[in-house]
Amino acid sequence: MIPQTFEYKKAQTIDEALALLREHGDEAKVLAGGHSLIPLMKLRLSTPELLIDIGGIQELSEIREQDGRIELGALVTHRTIEFSELLKQKCPVLPEAAAQIGDPQVRNKGTIGGSLAHADPAADYPAVVLALDAEIEATGPDGRRTIPVRDFFQGLFTTALRPGELLTRVRVPVMPPRSGAAYLKFPNPASRYAVVGVAAFVKLAPDDTCAEVRIGITGAAAAAFRATEAEKRLVGKTIDDRTLTAALEDMVDPDDLLSDLAATAEYRAHLCHVLTRRALRQAFERAHG
Amino acid sequence: MRHTIQVTVNGQTHRVEVEPRLLLVELIRDVLGLTGTHVGCDTSQCGACTVHVNGEAVKSCTMFAVQADGCEITTVEGLATDEQLHPLQEGFWQEHGLQCGFCTPGIIMAAADLLKRNPDPSEEEIRRALEGNFCRCTGYHNIVRAIRYAAARMRGEAVVPRGEAAPTGAS
Repeated sequence: MIPQTFEYKKAQTIDEALALLREHGDEAKVLAGGHSLIPLMKLRLSTPELLIDIGGIQELSEIREQDGRIELGALVTHRTIEFSELLKQKCPVLPEAAAQIGDPQVRNKGTIGGSLAHADPAADYPAVVLALDAEIEATGPDGRRTIPVRDFFQGLFTTALRPGELLTRVRVPVMPPRSGAAYLKFPNPASRYAVVGVAAFVKLAPDDTCAEVRIGITGAAAAAFRATEAEKRLVGKTIDDRTLTAALEDMVDPDDLLSDLAATAEYRAHLCHVLTRRALRQAFERAHG
Repeated sequence: MRHTIQVTVNGQTHRVEVEPRLLLVELIRDVLGLTGTHVGCDTSQCGACTVHVNGEAVKSCTMFAVQADGCEITTVEGLATDEQLHPLQEGFWQEHGLQCGFCTPGIIMAAADLLKRNPDPSEEEIRRALEGNFCRCTGYHNIVRAIRYAAARMRGEAVVPRGEAAPTGAS
């Protein structure tokens, strides 16, 4: 499979990448790890005239802790996340999810920024960053801005990034005391993408009921989303079978979900229910420590 | 526009002019003539094209050659030294880790990446590490044995290939 001819430019800095984006606009695509883009180009589903390779921008490959948050550069690979001691200690659900992406070779090249900006409806990170209430940093011609992740995923392969903007960083919170999170997915048996993937976050109140609950779901619909109704029903409750059954009833409407060869919308709704139940239980147990 | 890139493959530096859409695997096979790296699915699934780029296993069908400018690349041809097989190659031989052999170079390169990170992987860890490589002949059992054999050799342990009697005095 041979992609259509294109020009290639390597940006050494964020500013260089932005200048190239400004100059070439819609004709250009940003190349990070390339593991979403290159397969599309080989199928000629994507035919950019110019690739702007940001793979060499050093400052975007760093993970650092700052003000109770962990900041990940857009170019941090899934492998780096999978094995990061800092993340395993402070936000272990992210390495847990990273280890479930693709396979080792894919994780060596694929990046968190690339995955989020691409916004594949079946990608794993979207569920996790939603459950963590993360922030996306975008850098554009007018400087940096922060996008709350709940506003970020807008539709099939569509995000809140504006033309000319680059996703530069992702910030996830350090897990607070008495909190827990988990990510579970039902993988497509061939592609290993999520047919449905659910990330749950639970923070306990002093009386051991749920003070905060967040549920991020990927794979089920055109864009990853939060199950906010179910979240609300669980605040102030403990997680047990009866509470879960009541809280998760009709948590998703099959009419809003995808139907394809892998699963019907009804089956996806069922998977949402089962995986949310399991993920919440695990998050709750982890919160208890 | 063509780009001049410099890559070091198995210790030898090459300066080559490439079209941006040339894949790394095409550079390795068609330009440099190293045909030990195979193309199976050409869709980043099967892992037959696995090589190391700066020490990490990647699927060379899903990377453009221009992205490898300045990189160190190791292919299966770069593993053996002075006529001495790499322990993984020896393991595949001793444990009958292949039938048709098409997937073998990619699996060996994926396994080499695993053993760098984890010198004593369990069977389950080996199987998980091979998630990105398909073998359509063997059912993977002997591949796993071959990798365990290599891991033991690389840790400096004496290994006895299956089916061979333990040499006298071996522990």
